[in-house]
Amino acid sequence: MLKVDTVNVYYGGIHAIKDVSLMVREGEIVTLIGANGAGKSTILRTISGLLNPKTGSVEFEGARLTGVPAQDIVKKGISQVPEGRRIFANLTVLENLELGAYIRSDAKEIREDIQKIYGRFPRLAERRAQLAGTLSGGEQQMLAMGRALMSRPKLLLLDEPSMGLAPLLVKEIFAIIREINAGGTTILLVEQNANMALSIAHQAYVLETGRITLAGTARELADSESVRKAYLGG
Amino acid sequence: MRIQTKTDLASLACGLTLYALLEGLILADIIPPYWQLNVIRVCIYIILATSLNLINGITGQFSIGHAGFMAIGAYMSAIMTVKLGLPFLVAILTGGLAAALLGFLIGLPTLRLSGDYLAIATLGLGEIIRITILNISYVGGASGFMGIPKYTNFTWAFLLMLFTLFFIKNFVNSTHGRACIAIRENEIAAEAMGVNTTKYKVLAFTIGAAFAGVAGALFSHNFYMAHPTSFTFMQSFDILTMVVLGGLGSMTGSIVGVIALTGISAYMADYPEIRMIIYALLLIVLMLFRPQGLFGSKEISLRIFSRLTGGERRGAAQGN
Repeated sequence: MLKVDTVNVYYGGIHAIKDVSLMVREGEIVTLIGANGAGKSTILRTISGLLNPKTGSVEFEGARLTGVPAQDIVKKGISQVPEGRRIFANLTVLENLELGAYIRSDAKEIREDIQKIYGRFPRLAERRAQLAGTLSGGEQQMLAMGRALMSRPKLLLLDEPSMGLAPLLVKEIFAIIREINAGGTTILLVEQNANMALSIAHQAYVLETGRITLAGTARELADSESVRKAYLGG
Repeated sequence: MRIQTKTDLASLACGLTLYALLEGLILADIIPPYWQLNVIRVCIYIILATSLNLINGITGQFSIGHAGFMAIGAYMSAIMTVKLGLPFLVAILTGGLAAALLGFLIGLPTLRLSGDYLAIATLGLGEIIRITILNISYVGGASGFMGIPKYTNFTWAFLLMLFTLFFIKNFVNSTHGRACIAIRENEIAAEAMGVNTTKYKVLAFTIGAAFAGVAGALFSHNFYMAHPTSFTFMQSFDILTMVVLGGLGSMTGSIVGVIALTGISAYMADYPEIRMIIYALLLIVLMLFRPQGLFGSKEISLRIFSRLTGGERRGAAQGN
């Protein structure tokens, strides 16, 4: 479904992503794990069009994404939950969700989708009229995910959904990610919390200083000696 | 949708009633000439403030060069009426279009900047426009453009103001307005939602400039002349002050800001030396106690009144 082929990304003179290739097949959860500064978010930003690679290509359902502006990539069915959530703090929960459906114009179905999101995240339904900035961290993460789902993406890009959340909430968020995937949405998940990520993913890649050093099924990686040492605490 | 049109019609009716009332008072000479001038001033500044609010308050792009676009409108329209002898309406439209075109051309490169940088760029832009005009002898140069007929009256000013308010209000409540608000709230997230951020920033800037041009046309045809000193950055700051006083992002706030500050200026006209002190003090006090402006980003509308009189259901239905 998504094919990233020998992509190189630079920030000015800094070579951030080096010859990265990865594949996401339809229906899967694929995770990209790695330490701080390894370039995980950079890869996501390249896929969603916020950054342009110097060489290499990104393909989605057979069509080239490289050079396509970010807003058109959303229309092709890729939606991103940015790192640090980036919800619209001064708008209400409902308005945030409505903005998630920005590219759609089917008012009736949008309303149905909002109800579906409320069903999946009951906490958001309770707080629909509240300003998003007053939600707790976990609720904001739920809102960011709900908002991303409002564009009915085929592929959902999640950037560090566990960031800054209590362990119990992290579990809840990951359970929801699995549910979303079961509903037919393919997911590319970037995480520092390798343990949680590997527990729900099908395929996994390990990224170290801009390079992919390991790839395989999530189970293989979770059992691999080097991953256990470096990311899973022995 | 139907509720929207209904409140629109109700607001329009209120606007026209207010027009009839004020026009009646003016015709009956109950409002003295000095205050008639001020009423027209208020209308012109409401156009300026709400259009600047669209750029600064709704889209979150900090522009302080509004007087520049106003100058373009003022001079272009004067050229139309004085040099070419065209009717006032054509002059107003040309003034607005010229300002819009310039806004578009300038918006494309400068709106890549953000925050302080954009503010400085627009400030510079306003001055460039003024100094360019100062050096064109065709429009009078430093001595100003003389002999402009006084076409602006209460009717023109009020009706154009009403049009501006409806245009901007409907723009803000449309998908386009939502996109602009998303940009203000968080540009990266807006982009991730599929909002073409450059397009909407330039669009808001262009519309804002267009209405500033319209206000400029009314302005120059109100005082028999157009002079470059009317369009210095102080003018831009005056408009900005009105917007900030009322609350960035609130249209009704902008209107109240205009009325309050024009009122203070008018009352204080006899004591010019303490006028600026009061003006400044007012702003300092406001920033200390209500940094978000009088209204924040909230609006007062007829809906609130209907809610007060037992229309609670509509408010509740909106939550769904």
